[in-house]
Amino acid sequence: MKGFVLVLGASSAIARALANTLASQGYGLYLAGRDEDELCRLASDAHYRYDVPTLFSRFDAQDDDSHGEFFRKVIKEAGSLEGVVLAFGYLGEQGRASANFSEGKRILTSNFVGACSILAECANYFEAKRSGFIVGISSVAGDRGRASNYYYGAAKGGLSLFLQGLRARLYHAGVHVMTVKPGFVDTGMTFGKPGMFLVASPEDVGKKIGHALTQKKNIVYVPGFWRYIMWIIKAIPESLFRRLKL
Amino acid sequence: MTLPEKKDVPIHSWSLTPVERGDLVRAERNQDLNAARGPYVPRGLGRSYGDAALLAGGKNILTERLDRILAFDPETGILRAEAGLSLASVLTYFVPQGWFPPVTPGTKFVTLGGCIAADIHGKNHHVDGSFGRHVREIELVLANGTRARCSPTQDPELFWATVGGMGLTGIISEATIQLRRIDSSYIVSRHLPATDLEQVLNLLNDPDSDDDYSVAWIDCLASGKNLGRSIVILGHHAKNGELTAEQRTDPYPIHAPIRWNFPFIPPLSLINRWTVKAFNNVYYQVHSSVSGSQVVPYDGFMYPLDSVGHWNRVYGRKGFVQYQFVLPTDQAADGLREVLERITQQRTASFLAVIKRFGPQGQGLLSFPKTGYTLALDIPITGQDLFPQLDELDCIVLRRQGRVYLAKDMRLSPESYRVMYPRSYEFDAIKKRLDPDSQVRSDLAKRLGIGGLS
Repeated sequence: MKGFVLVLGASSAIARALANTLASQGYGLYLAGRDEDELCRLASDAHYRYDVPTLFSRFDAQDDDSHGEFFRKVIKEAGSLEGVVLAFGYLGEQGRASANFSEGKRILTSNFVGACSILAECANYFEAKRSGFIVGISSVAGDRGRASNYYYGAAKGGLSLFLQGLRARLYHAGVHVMTVKPGFVDTGMTFGKPGMFLVASPEDVGKKIGHALTQKKNIVYVPGFWRYIMWIIKAIPESLFRRLKL
Repeated sequence: MTLPEKKDVPIHSWSLTPVERGDLVRAERNQDLNAARGPYVPRGLGRSYGDAALLAGGKNILTERLDRILAFDPETGILRAEAGLSLASVLTYFVPQGWFPPVTPGTKFVTLGGCIAADIHGKNHHVDGSFGRHVREIELVLANGTRARCSPTQDPELFWATVGGMGLTGIISEATIQLRRIDSSYIVSRHLPATDLEQVLNLLNDPDSDDDYSVAWIDCLASGKNLGRSIVILGHHAKNGELTAEQRTDPYPIHAPIRWNFPFIPPLSLINRWTVKAFNNVYYQVHSSVSGSQVVPYDGFMYPLDSVGHWNRVYGRKGFVQYQFVLPTDQAADGLREVLERITQQRTASFLAVIKRFGPQGQGLLSFPKTGYTLALDIPITGQDLFPQLDELDCIVLRRQGRVYLAKDMRLSPESYRVMYPRSYEFDAIKKRLDPDSQVRSDLAKRLGIGGLS
């Protein structure tokens, strides 16, 4: 067996797909999130499908005071970690956030501040261990601020920058940090939403991320064509971009 | 908490027709089912033909993502899982451990919930009965939002209403089933040609040509003295002693055939009298010349059509109808002859037709199989005259105390339904108690007046 991977936000479809890909490669899984009933089900499922050990416990991204104690608990129960997948997120509603900062704050803390908090714990652990990996699921939304989604975009953009900094810091400790930027993925987050196109299946996305990890990629767009779409989006001059209704 | 919805989108069944407009709601995790508010129809992988998993203008709740395996005992082969788990997944994870679904239909892309709701049967019905016989326990989300567990010993009334109940007792959220032990993932199979109807029925009934799995592919275009010419296909799970030395070193390979997808819906059906006649002639000649038994992978034997993704598109945009019925043993020889002769007269082209001998009826109130013989026909819809032709076949079936399979039906009349399913009145009583406002409903239920709907 390869050792445990901590999956934060394990009940999201992307997290589950990536966790299953890792389990199929022989990693044990430590699943973390807020829905303990679902975590229990996911843990059983991965165990019976892939014959790997699975553990789970409650984790709340927004409750950063609890993150230190949570991480110590994980290490105590799992013994050690080979890697961490950060897959929690909250899309929220842009309109509601603009009207009421409590929604905006939730978007920012769930996607960014909470992520930084737990990543700090993970970074210190792996740096001391001098091995391991961190996969951070960010988003293409973080590549450029758009009028229709800038709270979420800002949070994910911030996350991408944070992961980038971690990548440089931890490189010297032999720890790999990979940023994943999914486009539209067919999950509860996108189902029924207008304006979706080229929606990818979570299973495909999980496999692609797993593959990119074995190749130690730095920044991965999934599916790959999003790299080119975002390259174009990012290339548009600001004086033009501010006029577009994207 | 509300579930994300795709409002007012086209939805259809496996036969590609009818296409109705309704709302799609997808559950991502088990707890999501608690938020289901009716009227709704539960839907698995949508392999039923007709309108069993359709509710026009209502909510169609997709359960396919509720597929977590919750427990498995490798000593007994008892599997407990969320009901959206597909048989394809059961095969992937349990064949390598030496276990197989107890009953499997002609496709592996069906959910456990769907298998229970249609009380599906397979090529082994004459030995092992239908799926419901192998279900130990079911958990349901009822119309009032509460959950109920039932089994043959705990609330058997609800259990046997749910087995074969076409999803109308509630959303099946969890199932515990007994898998069957296998020595290997290979099948020992034999083909026996039959020159006419009498011979195929004799072969299907003959202990010397019996096996765990048996089915006959029938050439519906053969007429006159060739009426009912068939190939009988027999098989059983290969025992260790029946494998080659090489196979014995790896007895449980998963066979995942290269699948290509039927890329689009052609404007016309590719199935017509001429293509079918040509295919049938070739198929019969090829298979009559193969003698003796062969050891084959399970996938081609059990799921020949699954290797072509979206094979239903071959019928073109107008789609097709599946007509499947069963006749009791004493009526079968004459009844099947009558149906085949009527089809020949009607010049109805059928590509895929199979005959199977059924064993005794199960206990599901609306279960389809009973002792006798079943014939299943795929017929492309080329014009409006097909439905009256099928009404004529209904008359033959009714007259001979047979019935039509609801999981494949899209045009049966409510009056015929009541005669064919005498326990439907018991079902209605239970349904009305569980769900007085018919929150759980389907277009099938509305069409047939199940549970007092109309």
